[in-house]
Amino acid sequence: MTEHHQHHIKLPEGSIEKQTTTLNVGPTHPATHGVFQNIMELDGEQIVSTEQTVGYIHRAFEKLAERRPLYQVTPITDRLNYCSSPLNNMGWHLTCEKLLGVKTPKRVDYLRIIIMELARISDHLICNSIVGVDTGAYTGFLYVMQYRELIYEIYEEVCGSRLTTNIGRIGGFERNFTNTAFTKLEKFLKEYPKVLKEFQSLFARNRIFMERTIGGGAISAERALNYGFTGPNLRAAGVDYDVRVHSPYSSYEDFNFSIPVGKTGDNYDRFLVRNEEMWQSLSIIEQAYKKVQEFKGADAEIFHADVPEYYLPKKEDVYTKMEALIWHFKIIMGEVDLPKGEVYHSIEAGNGELGFYLISDGGRTPFRLHFRRPCFIYYQAYPELVTGGMLSDAIVTMSSLNLIAGELDA
Amino acid sequence: MALTNEHIQHRLTEKFGDLVSNFSVLYDMLNFEVSTDQNLKVLQFLYDEADLNFQFLTDLCGVNFPDQIGRELAVVYHLHNLQDNVRIRFKVFTSVASPDVYTASKLFSAANWMERETYDFYGINFIGHSNLKRILNVDEMDYFPLRKEYPLEDQTRIDKDDQMFGRG
Amino acid sequence: MSRPVRFNTHPIEAKLSDAISVAEAPDGYAGEGFFTARLSDVVGLARKNSLWPLPFATSCCGIEFMATMGSHYDLARFGSERVGFSPRQCDLLMVMGTISKKMGPVLRQVYLQMAEPRWVLSVGACACSGGIFDTYSVLQGIDQIIPVDVYVPGCPPRPEAILDGFMKIQELVGLESIRRRNSYQYKALMNSYGIE
Repeated sequence: MTEHHQHHIKLPEGSIEKQTTTLNVGPTHPATHGVFQNIMELDGEQIVSTEQTVGYIHRAFEKLAERRPLYQVTPITDRLNYCSSPLNNMGWHLTCEKLLGVKTPKRVDYLRIIIMELARISDHLICNSIVGVDTGAYTGFLYVMQYRELIYEIYEEVCGSRLTTNIGRIGGFERNFTNTAFTKLEKFLKEYPKVLKEFQSLFARNRIFMERTIGGGAISAERALNYGFTGPNLRAAGVDYDVRVHSPYSSYEDFNFSIPVGKTGDNYDRFLVRNEEMWQSLSIIEQAYKKVQEFKGADAEIFHADVPEYYLPKKEDVYTKMEALIWHFKIIMGEVDLPKGEVYHSIEAGNGELGFYLISDGGRTPFRLHFRRPCFIYYQAYPELVTGGMLSDAIVTMSSLNLIAGELDA
Repeated sequence: MALTNEHIQHRLTEKFGDLVSNFSVLYDMLNFEVSTDQNLKVLQFLYDEADLNFQFLTDLCGVNFPDQIGRELAVVYHLHNLQDNVRIRFKVFTSVASPDVYTASKLFSAANWMERETYDFYGINFIGHSNLKRILNVDEMDYFPLRKEYPLEDQTRIDKDDQMFGRG
Repeated sequence: MSRPVRFNTHPIEAKLSDAISVAEAPDGYAGEGFFTARLSDVVGLARKNSLWPLPFATSCCGIEFMATMGSHYDLARFGSERVGFSPRQCDLLMVMGTISKKMGPVLRQVYLQMAEPRWVLSVGACACSGGIFDTYSVLQGIDQIIPVDVYVPGCPPRPEAILDGFMKIQELVGLESIRRRNSYQYKALMNSYGIE
């Protein structure tokens, strides 16, 4: 026979009135995927209010860019959305080309599109597989990480590095794509669709995943537009705004692709929109690759526009000839003055409209460079998305928004 | 009728007279300057008018022009009309002595954090903002780092040999 | 000028003995039913092959860590199948990514919460020394606030480099003396960081 002791717990003053618990989520937390802190007031499992703190990885990119000539800014742009560095690099080079008035040849545009869409695929892969991890399904993540290695190998062949690529030059690329690069691209195009189909089949009609994600973190189109949402998060809410279609850059108008749009803007729609965008990106890469193969003979050797003041000379010349060495040094160290001007250019990055606002006063470095970072802007809506929902849904919402700390804090 | 830069300029000068000035077209985008206390009215006008319809705030940032005495700090607004695909940019200038600008966060929720970031970097005080405190830097910081007078590097470092970095 | 590519043109037949190595037993005196060896050798051998890391991933190096955890580079074969996020349960703090001044106190608290014996691996240029970000908001190296055992340079380091750093940590763990954590030199090291 057990005796039950009645424990009289003395409640602290005012505790009956305070029905909510304060929970500090982050900044070091496995589920926040980056350094974000949320101080949540919980009523049981339901979130009553939440307040975010950001800036835990503020690296002062904008101040750093005022010290660096154009080519030295490219490695900084790498570290914005580091899951898809080539997109940021290309966006920066396109901004510089807009300032300098450079027109790139078609072959360069198509090669750029191949690299940009590969970067988009690698970004969406991480986001979607991490949404799976947060609902408990670790397998999908490990399975597709293997295929991100294939994308990394293609980057390595073109520019030499895997993650923070510093790819390309103002006007094009540093070298022509080798046959190995095209072989690796063909291997990717052959193997990847099966994998994506399998990954999709693990999640898209999976009852548990659907019940976890449907309804969580929903936002209406009007609120999303008011919050300045762009990219897959906005398209999941129902607005078909895609910078590649609205203001095409780098010859996107020559390609045939559609923009997937969701209905309710909840986690499930975001997952499906990103998934479908990966299929669309795959189709764009195939079209671009076909178009690149149509260039024959001398046309197939073009890999950059003619911008002598801003395009680094060939490496063989730099290592052997004095003038090329001096010219290389001058361009990198910014001894060539920029034209005066003020330009805003945006591209469709993995998370939405990534904008570069560049003011140049004729000096060697930008006078002011501001990055319009989509993650920073749509993270403001997080309290509205999670209030009233449960804590576990808040975690899934955070990862389905694809918050990348580097882009958010810059 | 397509929304052209001339039409926007015409509507603005018709409504605001010389409170809007300095119109120019740079890289196909209309640029203008608005006098400091009219920024909210111009934003509201551009938002409400059916033929202008600039209902998307793309970007809000600050710039420091240390050489323009009395107008050192600028707030730059980029607006976008999604239906007609037209972008415009306008600037509002204030001085370092009293950097007060009305907040756009009641009209555009997107402006909330963008104004906090501009405050954090430049010290521009947005009147009417619900939560104007530092967002990216540490809360205890007592200066506004992106102003041109402040250096990039951390001045409290003692382990760096300035000679090696060309600053000796 | 295209460089001559020697990419896997002469593939070698994979041999199992290259992929798996057997851990050597420590020196000791063996007899029927017993084996004597130094305690630190045996404990070191056990610890180094079962390190539980705490991935303190803040930025780009974190993505390279995810690639290291993936099946291509596989950190799990070193005994780190279970990565933990609770400092109380982990041995190795892998700091990957830039640590800003705002994040410094958080990192220090996580380090203090770890139980002895604990090791710190600083992955990436930003964690080692501030990296390319010589700015007012970035901590120029985590060794300003916590003691570091191994530094892995790179921006980001390749997964092979992270694994190399991990293997160096394993060397340190295997050779560590039993009395190290109570010695006065270790206490002096902790005091120099302001840790009791």
